[in-house]
Amino acid sequence: MSAVVQAASTPVRFIDDRITLSNWARGNLRKVFPGHWSFLLGEIALYSFILLLLSGTFLTLFFKPSLAAVVYEGSYVPLRGVEMSEAYASTLHISFEVRGGLLMRQVHHWSALLFIAAMTVHMFRVFFTGAFRRPREINWMIGGVLLLLGLGAGFTGYSLPDDLLSGTGLRIIEGIVLSIPVVGTYLAFMIFGGEYPGEDIIARLFIAHVLLIPGIILALITVHVMLVWFQKHTQFPGPGRTNDNVEGAPLMPTFAAKGAGLTFVVFGVVLLMSAFIQINPVWLWGPYDPSQVSAGTQPDWYIGWLDGMLRIMPAWEPVIFGYTLSLNVLIPAVVMPGLLTTLLIAYPWIERFAVGNDGQEHHLLDRPRDVPVRTGIGVAAILFYGMLWLSGGNDFIATIFQIPVNTITWFMRIGIFVIPAIGFVIAKRWAIGLQKRDLDTVLHGRETGIIRMTPDGEFYEVHEPVSEHEAYALLARPDPVVLPEPSAVDENGVANPKARKHRLQAKLSRFYLGDVPRRPTAEELEHARAHAVEASSARAGELPSSH
Amino acid sequence: MSHSSEIAPHDPGTAPATRGVVLTDPGFKPRPPRLTDTDPKAAKRAERIIAGAFGLSTLTAFGAIVAYLALPLDGSLQRLQASNLALGLMLGLSTLLLGLGAIYWAKKLMPDTPMVQERHPLSPTPEARQAALAEFDAGVEESGFGRRTLIRNSLLGALVALPLPAVFLLGDLGPTQGVAQVKAETLWERGTRVVNDVTFEPIRPQDLELGQIVNGMPASYKDIPEEDHAERLAQRGKSSVILVRIDPADLDDATAAMGIDGILCYSKICTHVGCPLSLWERTTNNMLCPCHQSTFNLAQGGRVIFGPARRPLPLLALEVDAEGYLVAQGDFVEPVGPSFWERERV
Repeated sequence: MSAVVQAASTPVRFIDDRITLSNWARGNLRKVFPGHWSFLLGEIALYSFILLLLSGTFLTLFFKPSLAAVVYEGSYVPLRGVEMSEAYASTLHISFEVRGGLLMRQVHHWSALLFIAAMTVHMFRVFFTGAFRRPREINWMIGGVLLLLGLGAGFTGYSLPDDLLSGTGLRIIEGIVLSIPVVGTYLAFMIFGGEYPGEDIIARLFIAHVLLIPGIILALITVHVMLVWFQKHTQFPGPGRTNDNVEGAPLMPTFAAKGAGLTFVVFGVVLLMSAFIQINPVWLWGPYDPSQVSAGTQPDWYIGWLDGMLRIMPAWEPVIFGYTLSLNVLIPAVVMPGLLTTLLIAYPWIERFAVGNDGQEHHLLDRPRDVPVRTGIGVAAILFYGMLWLSGGNDFIATIFQIPVNTITWFMRIGIFVIPAIGFVIAKRWAIGLQKRDLDTVLHGRETGIIRMTPDGEFYEVHEPVSEHEAYALLARPDPVVLPEPSAVDENGVANPKARKHRLQAKLSRFYLGDVPRRPTAEELEHARAHAVEASSARAGELPSSH
Repeated sequence: MSHSSEIAPHDPGTAPATRGVVLTDPGFKPRPPRLTDTDPKAAKRAERIIAGAFGLSTLTAFGAIVAYLALPLDGSLQRLQASNLALGLMLGLSTLLLGLGAIYWAKKLMPDTPMVQERHPLSPTPEARQAALAEFDAGVEESGFGRRTLIRNSLLGALVALPLPAVFLLGDLGPTQGVAQVKAETLWERGTRVVNDVTFEPIRPQDLELGQIVNGMPASYKDIPEEDHAERLAQRGKSSVILVRIDPADLDDATAAMGIDGILCYSKICTHVGCPLSLWERTTNNMLCPCHQSTFNLAQGGRVIFGPARRPLPLLALEVDAEGYLVAQGDFVEPVGPSFWERERV
């Protein structure tokens, strides 16, 4: 028994005797976690959230969530004597008079940006590798909700300092709420506690930002991680790795050491960013005044796509029976975000409908090239998002590239439909091309780059057969199975009541899987290998081949 | 491997049999040993590197304390920057080195032979499912939930009724009477002087040069008591205006009629989602909203030239009072700012 175990034995025993810790620990302490760099993206999100909780708690010790008016008398000279809210004054106080306060503000802001970025990229990983498939659909849903809550946490957070920039964001929120039919006006007055901007909004956003939203996020993260634990992690297919096993490092010690290490690396990187790169210098924007705005207003990056949609939406605002329906605001700010998140969260079921429910658990990941249509859809979605995001900076693009902002807006209005479609086709073809290259590598070996000349002057490139392990890894994917056309009637001549649905499914599955190259048959593989051996032995033969 | 009782909508198994070759799984590829596994010197070196990282992490943690104590804030930006840099650098290095040391330890010295564990199907066996259902049924049966419909229905009624008061408890979040009316009215009345929004000086027509814009407020804004902060902010977000002087020859007749010698008074609040307008292009008479680039032509009654806003910028009719200052002829004839459901009805 090592010294460490002995030292800890008394308190551990105390707990063990009361809650049977051993029964749980046995088998779990050596639980295996696969190691692949892409599996760490979600961890980065988790660790930046922990950093958000730590830095945020520090900030609440000094921040005053109040819109009561005060005259600033602090140490930042340019704003002395200016009337402002307590929220803004206390933010200045944190920045200028609390040692480490500015650092913590910047840590909080940078880790918020990182939190949402890491969640987003983690979602890409899960999407492109098909990790959302059965049995992990629930975790995909939770992840989607977490991403939305992250946006909510971010928005409520950067509105709190009550500076000119954040106030403008709230003004836009008021405009969005007003666009909601029938109840919008009342809703706006309720949210702001009266006419905009009122005196309640900062206190209300504060409780949402420090309690409600992080509380829900924390609860959902707990479920998310418990499900990963219970369902075990996915793994990429390869030699030895099957749908029924999991290969990797044990929790104790390797995975725990790497996880704890990554935690501190994330903390360290954010701290260094906050030491060197300034973010949101609120003292430059000044206190919020609803009659003022700074040019080139930009939200945080993750709100950019929503702002972009507001910017490129055509000015549709019909008046129906004397009531104003602000489609120019309602569609980009309410309808589309709702629709897009619904599609995102529903994607596992959409794909399962399209390719048919095989009733299997999928613990082996797809490589993005293995399902070209899914990869294409993912690329199209990213491009769609990216175009909206760029639209949110159309004024910056206009000033940097000297293009009229109207031209950019029109380009985006059309481009959000055309460019994702082009991206879909390119990504799909690209994935199919990569698959064909894999097949070629298995069948004909790897190009070595060595050119040989036969005695009779023929040049050829030496192809080296790939190893057994590599060949297995390259072919370790299921064959695409396109659903058959259903028959309209069964063998007894009774009409198939689900024929219409099945026909749609057959069509969708042809779309999803119809172009996927099938794997070689055993004969083809044998033939290709025999051919390769024959060719190289003929060329290397002692006798020159006859002419 | 699955115990699923789910039936595929139409079984993919009826499709042409899987054609691809199934290679025999050669099993895990043995990993070559690391240098630290074979060379004790390399292992010792790794050990020193890891301990060095942890040692430096300790030192920089103390360094952060030193930075905190040695650099008190004195109100100058230079000191603030120095403090932020020193604290962030020390804390950042301290955590980063701790993390890197741990990862290096795991990668170099902890065993890297992969372990393999089995997965078990997540769907329960039919027997387990049956047993769980039987227990549930027994529970329902014993409660009499299905039999005693009077209890069941009255319980459901109570459960539906109970959340309703919760909705009403939110009723006082904000006013619910006449909200649309509040949005529709500003401080402007017949005879209200237009004053500069910073100096609060009234403005005469000759104070404005051609092409000049001035941000204005109604003179009555000053009469709102200091302590009524909410009302002051609300009026800044609603009653603020832009005075602009455009060559009368450039104006259309309807627009010219609203002004005095080419001086026009527009609402400053964008009709899209309410940002204050601020980017003035005097050569084209266009006013651009910096938030979403809605562009209004101030020579043509605030007509929308481009962007997501639908309605023209509301125009306030001006006249000159007895002392020669610019005053409003009345309130705006329509609500200013972003559209809302009832705006045509108030």
